[in-house]
Amino acid sequence: MMIYAILIMALGAVVLGASLGFAAVKFRVEGDPLTDKIDAILPQTQCGQCGYPGCKPYAAAIAKGEADINLCPPGGADGVQKLAELLGREAKPLDAEEKPKQTALIDEQRCIGCTLCIQACPVDAIVGAAKQLHTVVDPLCTGCELCLKPCPVECIAMNPVGESLDNWKWKPPVFTLQRQA
Amino acid sequence: MPHKLFRFNGGVKPATHKTDSVRAPIGRAPMPERLVVPLHQNIGGKPQPCVALGDRVLKGQVIGTADHWVSAAVHAPTSGTVRAIEPQLATHPSGLPTLSVVIEADGKDEWIERRPVDYASMAPESVRELLRDAGLVGLGGAVFPSHAKLSASKKTPMEELVINGAECEPFITCDDMLMRERGEEIVRGAGIFRDLLEPKRVLIGIEDNKPEAIAAMREAVAAAGESFEVIAVPTRYPAGGAKQLISVLTGKEVPSSKRSTDMGVQCFNVATASSAYRALTFGEPLISRIVTLAGNVEQPRNWEVPLGMTIRDFIALGTPRADTNRYLMGGPMMGFELPGLDAPLIKASNCIIAASPKLFPPPPPEMPCIRCGSCARACPHELQPFELYWFSRAANFGKAQEYHLFDCIECGCCAFVCPSHIPLVQYFRYAKGEIWGRERDKKAAESARARFEFRNERDEREKAEKAERLARAAAAKAADNPLASATAAPTAASPAATPAPAAAVTAAAAAAPTSPAVPGEAPAATGEASEAERARKAMIAAAVERARAQREAAAAARPHDAATSPEQ
Ligand code: SF4
Ligand code: SF4
Ligand code: SF4
Ligand code: SF4
Repeated sequence: MMIYAILIMALGAVVLGASLGFAAVKFRVEGDPLTDKIDAILPQTQCGQCGYPGCKPYAAAIAKGEADINLCPPGGADGVQKLAELLGREAKPLDAEEKPKQTALIDEQRCIGCTLCIQACPVDAIVGAAKQLHTVVDPLCTGCELCLKPCPVECIAMNPVGESLDNWKWKPPVFTLQRQA
Repeated sequence: MPHKLFRFNGGVKPATHKTDSVRAPIGRAPMPERLVVPLHQNIGGKPQPCVALGDRVLKGQVIGTADHWVSAAVHAPTSGTVRAIEPQLATHPSGLPTLSVVIEADGKDEWIERRPVDYASMAPESVRELLRDAGLVGLGGAVFPSHAKLSASKKTPMEELVINGAECEPFITCDDMLMRERGEEIVRGAGIFRDLLEPKRVLIGIEDNKPEAIAAMREAVAAAGESFEVIAVPTRYPAGGAKQLISVLTGKEVPSSKRSTDMGVQCFNVATASSAYRALTFGEPLISRIVTLAGNVEQPRNWEVPLGMTIRDFIALGTPRADTNRYLMGGPMMGFELPGLDAPLIKASNCIIAASPKLFPPPPPEMPCIRCGSCARACPHELQPFELYWFSRAANFGKAQEYHLFDCIECGCCAFVCPSHIPLVQYFRYAKGEIWGRERDKKAAESARARFEFRNERDEREKAEKAERLARAAAAKAADNPLASATAAPTAASPAATPAPAAAVTAAAAAAPTSPAVPGEAPAATGEASEAERARKAMIAAAVERARAQREAAAAARPHDAATSPEQ
């Protein structure tokens, strides 16, 4: 009896192993699914603070095991946590300071319409034509700060995103646990 | 023939506190001098202001136009002058401001020209548009634009139209009084909804603790010669929840993932029906509603108030007692504490309760969950609040969603029965907010990624195009020179030479994208580029100079401003 049981289990293992191997070959996904999964977690600010020229390259570097998971400041501790979960690693503290979300604002009095900020913005959040006043389209700005440096007249400033009825959230109740006597 | 009733799971029976505010008939609130009308009073799009500062507006004039299909116009509640269009304290638990139109009443209360319509002769599409432009939204408190609920599903035939007069929350009596006094308007409004949706039956559900309203509605239905059924449903909170009432009257369970029309049923509040009737028959947009003033006041009563009246003006009608310490909007189960008395009454305001420590003692401190299961037995949606609570508290939102967090209607039954006094609903609201917030962030990130990729592509394309242009120019130059020398020669070779440059250009252009580094062309191309580069640099330098001069001039003129400007 025992031997049959072992044989059946062994056969099962072989069949399953073979089908898994077949599935791996047959259903292989083009591109690198891990990079895409990591990229889906990254905030897409495209700021380069991680040391890579954008979120996708950083994702690729993590996937290859070349970069640590705690280098993206805009993603914050939350982002590190999610990456750790995805990759089955230990979460660790962020290797930078966490900043509140900000957006850029162009001082329209001082803007000279040089178009340098438009060229710097990785996500097309600035509109304006040459020699015309430029504006940041607020909902599109990811707060990457890449437009600050190129501006020759230093007329761009970052402002923290305030609370509004559109992003307001209920706070968790303050937990007042009573000690049992 | 008695109508067969179904039962919904759970529910609770809190003290109703309804008798005080039904003694006096509905009063007509005096017109305040100043009205604050928020533009965004509906679920969905944000109506855009269409009046300017200083404009004189008439009663019923549109001041905010619907910006989407799911949106509803906003109107001036009386005639007067627009004094401000600016953010004002919102009638919302957050205490944040919302864009509002402030109107100073002129006391004439002069109507704009009203256009009653005979809706029966109109296309259903135009009737829906009219209702949107009349600002009609669900007045039970959900403020979903009603016209968007008035299209039957294409697949499922409409079976029941439910008119909700259950009004199950403690303290609130505005629907009760409306049914007692204006039954005919409700019945006619229900008739409009019936004509648009064409259901087989119209069921008017009223909790059996309102015998006067039931009698009045039966009379109104008979007087109008309609065949609507007025049905008394057992009093048990939250029988007035749309899903609960639908399930009690029809036995249908509408899951949160489905629209109720997909199941052949639709539900409207009684006040919504009466406002729809007034909008079409008298051309009166939604500029007033009935609001219960109850709780710790000397004269609890229902008032018909202009929307935009501030809470401060409103509560004065009932004389709050001295120990009143806060005000709630909505009932004690689902309502919220008002952030201040400057907030206005809006389309969602069904009841204002003056609260005192005696009326609502502070809740005892929260204790650990003992997993007694009372909350699950009380939940009308058969959820497991203690599991939801656990996952919400641990910020394990994915799990909370798996346990159907979004089926929770925040009715508060679970918290009402919890022996450990856990504010369960607050945890659920928090968890829902976090999930929505993450959803928003994710959408924003996705669109940023798309724009980033698009921009990269465009950059690549522009680079390629530029290289091509430069190569073309270089080729033209190269072709020009031999041409110049050819024309300089005193022979008649020029006619033969003219086709040459064209051929050279096409050849160069064809070669350019693949091999731009053809010897002899490359120096010319870089020369062009650096020329352009130099010109641009000079332009920027000049601009910087200009800007600096401007800034210095400004600084000299206003030293005070200049000191603060760097931090702006
Ligand atoms: S730091 Fe984060 S947001 Fe910025 S580019 Fe790197 S991954 Fe993207
Ligand atoms: S506007 Fe400036 S801060 Fe905002 S995304 Fe563009 S470059 Fe970044
Ligand atoms: S009623 Fe309260 S104590 Fe009981 S299981 Fe639910 S949350 Fe826990
Ligand atoms: S608040 Fe939500 S979880 Fe609690 S009883 Fe109501 S529906 Fe159920």
